[in-house]
Amino acid sequence: MAFGPYFLLATLEGLVTAAVLSLMALGLSLVFGVMRVVNVAHGEFYMLGAVLAWWFSSLVGGHPAVGFLLALVLSPLVVAAIAFVAERLVLSRLNYEPEATIVATIGLLYIIQQLALTFYGPEARPVEAPFNHRISLPWFGYSAYKLSVIGFSILMMLATWVLLTRTKIGLVMRATQFDRETAQAFGIPVGRVYAGVFALGAGLAAVAAVLIVPIQQAHYLMGLDPLLLSFIVVIIGGLGSLRGTVVAAVLIGLSDGIISMFFSPTLAKMLATLIVAMVLVFRPQGLFGAPAR
Amino acid sequence: MTAASGMAALRMEGVDSFYGHVQVLRGFDLELKSGEVLCLLGRNGAGKTTALKTIMGLVPATAGRILLGDADLTKLPPHEVPKAGVAYVPQGRRLFSELTVAENIEVGLMTRGKGAATREAVLDLFPVLRERLKQRSGTLSGGEQQMLAMARALCLEPQVLLLDEPTEGLMPSMIARIRETVAGLRERGVSTILVEQRVDAVLPVADRVAFIENGRNRETVPVERLRADPDMVHRYVGVG
Repeated sequence: MAFGPYFLLATLEGLVTAAVLSLMALGLSLVFGVMRVVNVAHGEFYMLGAVLAWWFSSLVGGHPAVGFLLALVLSPLVVAAIAFVAERLVLSRLNYEPEATIVATIGLLYIIQQLALTFYGPEARPVEAPFNHRISLPWFGYSAYKLSVIGFSILMMLATWVLLTRTKIGLVMRATQFDRETAQAFGIPVGRVYAGVFALGAGLAAVAAVLIVPIQQAHYLMGLDPLLLSFIVVIIGGLGSLRGTVVAAVLIGLSDGIISMFFSPTLAKMLATLIVAMVLVFRPQGLFGAPAR
Repeated sequence: MTAASGMAALRMEGVDSFYGHVQVLRGFDLELKSGEVLCLLGRNGAGKTTALKTIMGLVPATAGRILLGDADLTKLPPHEVPKAGVAYVPQGRRLFSELTVAENIEVGLMTRGKGAATREAVLDLFPVLRERLKQRSGTLSGGEQQMLAMARALCLEPQVLLLDEPTEGLMPSMIARIRETVAGLRERGVSTILVEQRVDAVLPVADRVAFIENGRNRETVPVERLRADPDMVHRYVGVG
């Protein structure tokens, strides 16, 4: 294959990575932005989304699209509910102290991971894609499902943006993000807002996982790499910045796709880490984040 | 200046509160009469701001009662206190600075489910905000920010308004504007607790003055007595 088509293929693969990464990192960024909680268990909510997607899709027979759609609806809801309960039982009782919540979410990470190992097992299991159509390009055929992942992720990001900027729930979330105490003085139940944001963040990770399981298999250790990449994305983009998250995810996704294909995946990870280091040195608040107040 | 009705709009009885392990309020008593402007005067660290935060539930009362009518505010979670009819303008405005003027007002309206009529009435009080509705509130001037902080609080249509140093850092014309607004609210029956450091900012608008010292209300006197005995201010505040 000539360079041009090869480059196009790498770009498409990078965009698929960026799309899924955007959703996952957006969840992490929202939780930090509003709650100031570094959720180390975020990758496990992603893993849980994938495992539940396998379970839901295997419940129903018939066309694979039926099982996939069931998983796409129910898996994020179940993961969000688990995150909501975890927030009420653990984080709220720690009064959201930064150090304590890091330790607590590390604990959650191991609990969720080991429960998955116990009840789901160590096997990697696939979920069938809802459709297997290939789009014929002049140089190669490309999975229509992968393109639909990009499209669906964009829709989810737009929906999140509308929620944050055009609805009362979003206004309440942003007010809480900027000043927790004053928000309370204006009748905002901060604890419930935090629980909702934590659930929303976990739900977004689960959506990303359901989208990816027809491409990568569900496995109980699959949460670690996306968690690290998500941290890289939110540090580069600026914690709490939706625009920054998308831009950084596209940057990291594309560089991962292209550099992995032309050179090696290790070099791609090295470059991503180098970019993070540069951002931390020269612009600690990230490309689109506000300076600390 | 109109006379207050004599009925208590809000009463604090033997209230204790702490910041961490440090006790700030010690058996704090205060009575705000219906429709009056009561000013809290005292040195830095005397407990004036803490008294307001304790009323709002932002600093928990560990002893005593805070009564709004018959309702004990200490029994409510902090986010329910404003819904009961107490609005708070914090020291330093504490606007949601990344939100627009319109969004800050919307947060105020949402607190007690008020609608367009309240919004228009509040904007009529501060017409300059009408021209700034889409502007990010952090980019307003100090005076405009104070107007927005008051507008946001008045969106609750409160029975009791708590103002923490509303004239801090403002130019004289703006201070006069704030005083006019407080006096206008009194005419409409709103009871106000005003925390101030500057006596000259208080005298023209207050009905009574409470002197706060070491977390206690030492003495509450009508403002006329303060005019007649300026030494009183020296004793509690240290400046005239």
